[in-house]
Amino acid sequence: MSSGIPDRDIIEEGGAEPGEEEALEASLTSPARLTAYLRRGGVTVPILTTLIAFLVAGIVVLLTGHDPLSTYSAIFKGTGLNWLFPWVSGAERTTAALELQQTLIQTTALILVGLAVAFAFRAGLFNIGGQGQYTMGAIVAVWVGSSLSGLPAFIHIVLAIALAALAGAAWAGIAGILKAVAGVHEVISTIMLNWVAIWLGVYLFQLGGPLQDPSQSSVPVSKTVAASAKLPVFWGPAALQGLDIGIFIALACVVVFAIIINRTRLGYEIRAVGFNPDAASYAGMNVRRNYVRVMLICGAFAGVAAAMDILGWKFSLFTNDIQLSQIGFLGIAVALLGRNTAGGVVAAALLFGALLTGTSQRNLDPTVFDPNLAQYLTFMIQGLVVLLVSTDVIALRVLRGGRGIAVGLRRPRGPKPTSTEESAT
Amino acid sequence: MSAGTIAAAPSRAVSAKHVGIAGVALAAIAWFITLPPFLVRTPVPSVILGLAAMLAGALALQAGETRLGWVDLVLGTLAIAGAFASSKSGVGHLKTVFVWSALVAAMLRYATPLLFAALGGIICERSGVINIGLEGMMLMGCYFGIFGADVLGSWVLGLVVAAVAGGLLALVHAVFSIHLRANQVVSGTGINFLALGITGYFFTAHYGPNGTPTKISTVPNVKLPLIQHVGFFGQAIGDANLMTWLGLALVPALALFLFRTRWGLRLRAVGEKPRAADTVGLPVLRIRYLAVIASGMFAALGGAYLSVAFVGSFTPNMTEGKGFIALAAVIFGRWRPGLALVATLLFGFSEAMADRLPTFSGTLATLFQALPYVLTLVAVAGLIGASRPPAASGIPYVKE
Repeated sequence: MSSGIPDRDIIEEGGAEPGEEEALEASLTSPARLTAYLRRGGVTVPILTTLIAFLVAGIVVLLTGHDPLSTYSAIFKGTGLNWLFPWVSGAERTTAALELQQTLIQTTALILVGLAVAFAFRAGLFNIGGQGQYTMGAIVAVWVGSSLSGLPAFIHIVLAIALAALAGAAWAGIAGILKAVAGVHEVISTIMLNWVAIWLGVYLFQLGGPLQDPSQSSVPVSKTVAASAKLPVFWGPAALQGLDIGIFIALACVVVFAIIINRTRLGYEIRAVGFNPDAASYAGMNVRRNYVRVMLICGAFAGVAAAMDILGWKFSLFTNDIQLSQIGFLGIAVALLGRNTAGGVVAAALLFGALLTGTSQRNLDPTVFDPNLAQYLTFMIQGLVVLLVSTDVIALRVLRGGRGIAVGLRRPRGPKPTSTEESAT
Repeated sequence: MSAGTIAAAPSRAVSAKHVGIAGVALAAIAWFITLPPFLVRTPVPSVILGLAAMLAGALALQAGETRLGWVDLVLGTLAIAGAFASSKSGVGHLKTVFVWSALVAAMLRYATPLLFAALGGIICERSGVINIGLEGMMLMGCYFGIFGADVLGSWVLGLVVAAVAGGLLALVHAVFSIHLRANQVVSGTGINFLALGITGYFFTAHYGPNGTPTKISTVPNVKLPLIQHVGFFGQAIGDANLMTWLGLALVPALALFLFRTRWGLRLRAVGEKPRAADTVGLPVLRIRYLAVIASGMFAALGGAYLSVAFVGSFTPNMTEGKGFIALAAVIFGRWRPGLALVATLLFGFSEAMADRLPTFSGTLATLFQALPYVLTLVAVAGLIGASRPPAASGIPYVKE
């Protein structure tokens, strides 16, 4: 092995820990184990996790001299989700509609990067590289979208999306191939690839960079996407960033995700390899080829996410944007909170999309809470969600009135020589 | 440090190894002679030397020294390409970019934060806990270091505050990954988000749009009395920051601790074979807790160097991926302090080059920023030799 993280949780002498873990096989990969726990938690645990995260962030707000309730209600108003309430009417409803469009625009990309991470999890792989795959997709999307301006709209859009997906897939494929051929752990390779992609993007669009917009020589930005490559807006005014059809493409990808995972031979193999590579190999499946295929599909999802952002509402790519974007990491939060299922990813993406929009400069009422602060509140909530979701099993124990949190420490020494190494999540 | 390699290597492999190392040296000379102060203006001698390096590589390959053999082939090619590049560019440009003393000074400046964080990463991973959260822990030190230096009026206390803040965030990682047995990669990701949120929030709440004040007590540079005015050395190391020296001193200290002391052995045992360590009565979980917290303090000191020593101010997300470069240095350095130092110097050098290369081409210099990550990818792919992590890293330990 050649990287910091074991592929498998090694369990000596076979014996499983008594209690809940017993049902899980010893040779599970750690992402598979995590997936199993996440799924066991049902809907309750993600909801509980979210509530705790918001509660803790609320305490921070309180301690720094603001009113958490009015802050959260201002953030909620900023998300535009109050549009769904039938009693909201008049000007308020118009504003809410505009804000909801923003929320759904954010949700679109989050769904797709969430799928990119979730798909890997189902296959027993950690895709920390959503950021790099997204960046590569964005580079290609903005390049294709801005350069081939003579094409008919439909063809131009399809071409841009397809090539962005390919770029993301190729980038993720590097990690897949490295894992299949050299046994490089995908966490290490995808982290490194993230930064290579980011610097590549900065190189291309920086002042004097090969793809920088020549008409704005003092701005480090790409050329603007041609009108023929812009996704049609179907709700709200296009000038105010109305909702484009990207959300439907994202939802279609969710369906594709669910079908691949649950209804195809490929999905079956992927899940089998994810659950237990040795057993899958014994059953005649090509484990290495599966790693590559999974990463390719993950990267494609992330590439499409970038295409939706670029062709839907960003239309150009600033180097600053490339360096500051956290969307690939947000994808991890979305996938984990969504328990790596199709429906869960959509719900979690909506939550984070709403949070991003609700705390944005544009939508949060600055008289209630400074949007500059709120932006960091969002990061805190995301961090807490990721931390808490990763310890689902604990929440479960608490819920069931189990033996408390510190099981690992308090369990008395048993007489039988059973395993001491065990992965919980 | 590496007792195993001496014992196992047969004599024939040693000679092949020597050929391989000679190849590396030849490649280095091939490129070096075209740069200041030698400035050979024709690539011919470099091509000959480069080809000799590749020949050495081929010989080493044939003798079974695959790793060094491939390195020679790659370096030989690069040296020839580099020699052509430098013979094509103007002497004036070369003299501005390759001011070796200034490059060394810049390399040390850029390497220092990476070094602290990488040493922290080594402690943590040697105990069997993966630390993707180095970035976040650095960021904590970055903000709370300057906050402490500002509020308490002294950089010493600033560094203390930074270490405490980093240690506290590491404690969160420890609780989640050791006690609650959360997945360590996921927990680390959460830690990074949390640090970004906490530092950004408190920075904005406390300092607002004006940022940190300009007059803040910063870590002083060490003016070496004798060397300071001695040409090359004076410029290279005569005026380095105190924390740079501290970081360099920590390398042998940590190496001694890990490989020559009882507690170092215990730490490594916990990371390699926790079951065995537990059987002989070592407190596995406690050692892991201490290691994770120590790593957070180290990383935070690296972050504090950025704000309290290097720049003198703080901006949100100031570390910009330095924690991940440090992680790369841990892996590139095969979990050894000495090799990690080499890695951080290499990465620091590539950053220093990225600073200076704009003389030739402002755009291409940016790609140098990606070099640490590319090199690490090459390293983990096994081209520069397999790097083996501590056997139990990433696996939560459950006491029976």
